Amino acid sequence: MRGWEETYDAAVIGAGHAGCEAALALARLGLSTILFTVSVDSIAMMPCNPNIGGSSKGHLVRELDALGGEMGKNIDKTFLQSKMLNRSKGPAVHSLRAQADKQAYSASMRKTLENTDNLVIRQAEVSEVVVEEVGGKPHITAVRTVSGATFHVKGCVLASGTYLAARCIFGDVSMPTGPNGLMAATHLSDSLREAGVRLQRFKTGTPARIDGRTVDFSKMEIQEGDVPVTPFSFSTDPEDVQKDQVPCWLTWTNEETHRILRENLDRSPLFSGVIEGVGPRYCPSIEDKVVRFPDKERHQIFVEPEGLYTHELYLSGLSSSMPDDVQQRVVRSIAGLENARIVRNAYAIEYDCLAPGQLKSTLELRAIGGFYCAGQFNGSSGYEEAAAQGIVAGINCAKHIEGKAELVLSRSSSYIGVLIDDLVTKEHTEPYRMMTSRAEYRLLLRQDNADLRLREVGYAMGLVSEEEIAKTREKKKLIDAEEERLKTAVAAPSEEMQAYLRAQGSHELKSGVFLDELIRRPELSYEGLAPFDPDRPLLPADVCEQVEIQIKYGGYIKRQMEQVERMNRLEGKQIPEDLDYTLVPSLRREAREKLIRFRPANIGQAGRISGVSPADVSVLLVWLEQHYRQTVAEGNDEP
Amino acid sequence: MKTIAAIATALAEAGISIIRISGPEAFSVADRVFAFPGHPERKLAECAGYTVHYGHIVEDGHRLDEVLAVVFRAPKSFTAEDVVEFQCHGGIYVTKRILRLVLDNGASPAEPGEFTKRAFLNGRIDLTQAEAVAALIRAENDYALSASVQQLSGATFRAVKEYREVILNETARIEAALDDPEHLSLGEEYPSALAELLTPVRDGLIALADRFDEGRVVSTGIRTVLVGRPNAGKSSVLNVLCGRERAIVTDIPGTTRDTIEERVRLGDMTLLLMDTAGIRQASDVVEQIGVERSFAAAAEADLILYICDTSLPLSEDDRTLLAKLPAKPLVVLMNKSDLTPVTTEADVRQAGANGTFVTVSAKTGEGFDELRDVIAALFAQGKIRWNEQAALTNDRQRDAVRRAAASLTAAIGSAEAGLPEDFYTIDLLDAYAALGELTGETIEDDLADRIFEKFCMGK
Repeated sequence: MRGWEETYDAAVIGAGHAGCEAALALARLGLSTILFTVSVDSIAMMPCNPNIGGSSKGHLVRELDALGGEMGKNIDKTFLQSKMLNRSKGPAVHSLRAQADKQAYSASMRKTLENTDNLVIRQAEVSEVVVEEVGGKPHITAVRTVSGATFHVKGCVLASGTYLAARCIFGDVSMPTGPNGLMAATHLSDSLREAGVRLQRFKTGTPARIDGRTVDFSKMEIQEGDVPVTPFSFSTDPEDVQKDQVPCWLTWTNEETHRILRENLDRSPLFSGVIEGVGPRYCPSIEDKVVRFPDKERHQIFVEPEGLYTHELYLSGLSSSMPDDVQQRVVRSIAGLENARIVRNAYAIEYDCLAPGQLKSTLELRAIGGFYCAGQFNGSSGYEEAAAQGIVAGINCAKHIEGKAELVLSRSSSYIGVLIDDLVTKEHTEPYRMMTSRAEYRLLLRQDNADLRLREVGYAMGLVSEEEIAKTREKKKLIDAEEERLKTAVAAPSEEMQAYLRAQGSHELKSGVFLDELIRRPELSYEGLAPFDPDRPLLPADVCEQVEIQIKYGGYIKRQMEQVERMNRLEGKQIPEDLDYTLVPSLRREAREKLIRFRPANIGQAGRISGVSPADVSVLLVWLEQHYRQTVAEGNDEP
Repeated sequence: MKTIAAIATALAEAGISIIRISGPEAFSVADRVFAFPGHPERKLAECAGYTVHYGHIVEDGHRLDEVLAVVFRAPKSFTAEDVVEFQCHGGIYVTKRILRLVLDNGASPAEPGEFTKRAFLNGRIDLTQAEAVAALIRAENDYALSASVQQLSGATFRAVKEYREVILNETARIEAALDDPEHLSLGEEYPSALAELLTPVRDGLIALADRFDEGRVVSTGIRTVLVGRPNAGKSSVLNVLCGRERAIVTDIPGTTRDTIEERVRLGDMTLLLMDTAGIRQASDVVEQIGVERSFAAAAEADLILYICDTSLPLSEDDRTLLAKLPAKPLVVLMNKSDLTPVTTEADVRQAGANGTFVTVSAKTGEGFDELRDVIAALFAQGKIRWNEQAALTNDRQRDAVRRAAASLTAAIGSAEAGLPEDFYTIDLLDAYAALGELTGETIEDDLADRIFEKFCMGK
């Protein structure tokens, strides 16, 4: 066969949020990289909600930024409105969320990609992955496009999003397209199956968009952003994000809306069985909500701008796969939307993604060397989840090619670690969304300390500059010094102090105490105690914030750190990759099957696999010890 | 590494019982409960390995028992860790009291097979034994798991399940609001409402743990069930068993289960006769124990005594019962040997009974010595798996209940102190997980499932 041929270090398939981060990581680490997309105009497209961040997703973006990723910087440049959610709750669940100008976001990311050395963008549908034996093991060696061009590579990252064998559905209309009517990737699934990759089918959906000129905002509640705005990126100067913000609007469905939906349920492809894919429970369609929560009299609908370039508005809360006419009537039954014109219909989308149990914690396929996967292809949902996997897949693909140690983030290091561990060890039957309750050590994994947790990792990987790491190290030094100082700085029971304590509803001092003890009281704050702390140095706001959190919640934080230590001991016990579980006696059958399928990297991971009991873990520990002793004994026998 | 403790000998009424404490804190735990007579300043921690010391176990200033304490220093012990063993003489009840004291003073209850596991992992057990060690861990865990669930009475089990429900629902409510703050909000009053809701749950758990303390849940012995068709003579056999050697016949009314259990001493063994209420209440003519109920009791038993009336031919009831008996150690009592036998051992075997046969007469008392020897032999051969593991499970259950109560106390405290909700969900989940150990359930994805089930999330 004749055709065009080129050679790169790595290929990235798909230029969504995962693909962009993967390609940037690869190229920035010095590897020649080609990024494939079905449409250059849809790079970093947001086909669903027009925002970045939100509860736990904001954490992912912060962590990604600390590692040296792009999403945080890009949204800081292109946001329309920004809010810190859960401000009234504990610091661990504060989460940033920003409304994005979709077009600006996409254009800005494209510009960043175009200006990155070693990175080539190519519009083409990849239809085939070439897998050959390298050193006795299957390894990716090239990818081919529909037109027959071959690109020889040493590694690749597959980030196909929802494009693989995609089908968009509403009412009785079913079209073989990707999101937003873009071309689906119709060939690659077959090639993957041929290479031994098992696929499954997932479903998700998006609400209708309407013309802002046809909306009566006077009937809705205005939703404004925070002043001042907190930037996502640790590299962004906070001054640069203080700007005029665009409001969002809140309205509600009503009994009439629900009646229309109920009366037309038989026309929904979800209920009639036309859609086979499994949909996410956290993002139900409006018809699903009406059926599952019949007692709820109304559901919130957030009306959000898609960008400054358009009047189009996004109707958050109104996902649907109902036919045209029902969608129209549903929209118009809602206060403020009586005359609304739909610009784009809501639709459900089905796509191929990876069946569970095939990935290593590095996001490399166990069966194919050098083949990394990221984003919705791995069964996740959301831009942020995708981007977070993208950077890890990109870094690891680069390390693999260079023959260096790959990056595995632990559950105690980051939400990214939790996300990947869950994707790798769990059986998921719906697209996986990050949730703060999934992070068992979340008091340690705060969005405010993502830099302290991960900057060093990003630096070690090669994605964080000297200047940025110096900034983080300086911050850490100031925090430690101030915490130490407060342990020995004494607050005297002066007249003023007692009066202040009374005013704050706090009990008075019987004698002098150390300042950190006072900060620990829920009703007092570090800032409020400044007048009684004459030796306090002048410190940046982010340092003060860390000092206060570390002291105030020190008891809980210490408890979680102890749990982490226990978990780390189990994580430290590695399981050989090629362990033949059929040789391990006394494992229950279910446990054995699960272990064979998921091949945990260590004992900690094994224990998290559903169906593997503590007794199975003990049995495994005994076997590993036996194995180890035998190996040592055999080693001794050799001359 | 946790310091663990358990009763290391079979829980028999006779002889010496040994409580083993193993782990880095073994000496400090032991010293908190052990006193050298006349030398309050002496510590086991200062004693050399392989030494034996006479002394007292003391609880709140009261002497609980006289014991010998054996000191082993790491790595020269069974587990290769620091170990203290108490040899106690005071019988089952006192031994269990001592173990609880040890657990209350910093040790954790040993998991099934845990001493052996540690011994192996620390290199004390030969490599060739690895497979046996794994099998032991497997068997003991499986047994403890089923025993643990079986041991809870219907009422206790339901109560624990309900507590878990409350805890999971509230955790899901809080988490849903954290994950989707724009759609769900808890309201200002929530923390105090939560504290009010959790307080009775916590108090219920403390009461439950106290019941363990009082030993009312203690139910050691070979759990034995009498099965037989109506009128076969179950109540007569029961009377003989209870009347012959009335060493420790106690009624334990419905606190542990909804039925009555009786404890019977038979030679060196203790039989725990289960589900005797029906037999007692029933008149001799019409016995009210239904077939179904017999099966339910038999499924939980360590030993089945099948009572066959040899003076009559095998009835349909006999055949139904015999065919469906669970695969448990079985002794068939060929009763009414004082009358002319009509049914033979071969008849009963043909009907599906595969066990040991003993000819008895409840009327004359004939054959009951042989019955004792038969059961003793089955026990010695290891065919009866006595619920000593279940007794161990008891302590682990109590430990779990106490941990759950402590976590709820922390959650209530945090709610009342005005800490943010996301702090006390940690305690709520700890309580939920601890109670799951009682009901044999793990956490898995319960929380996410409950959030989605109960709360309407997202875009």
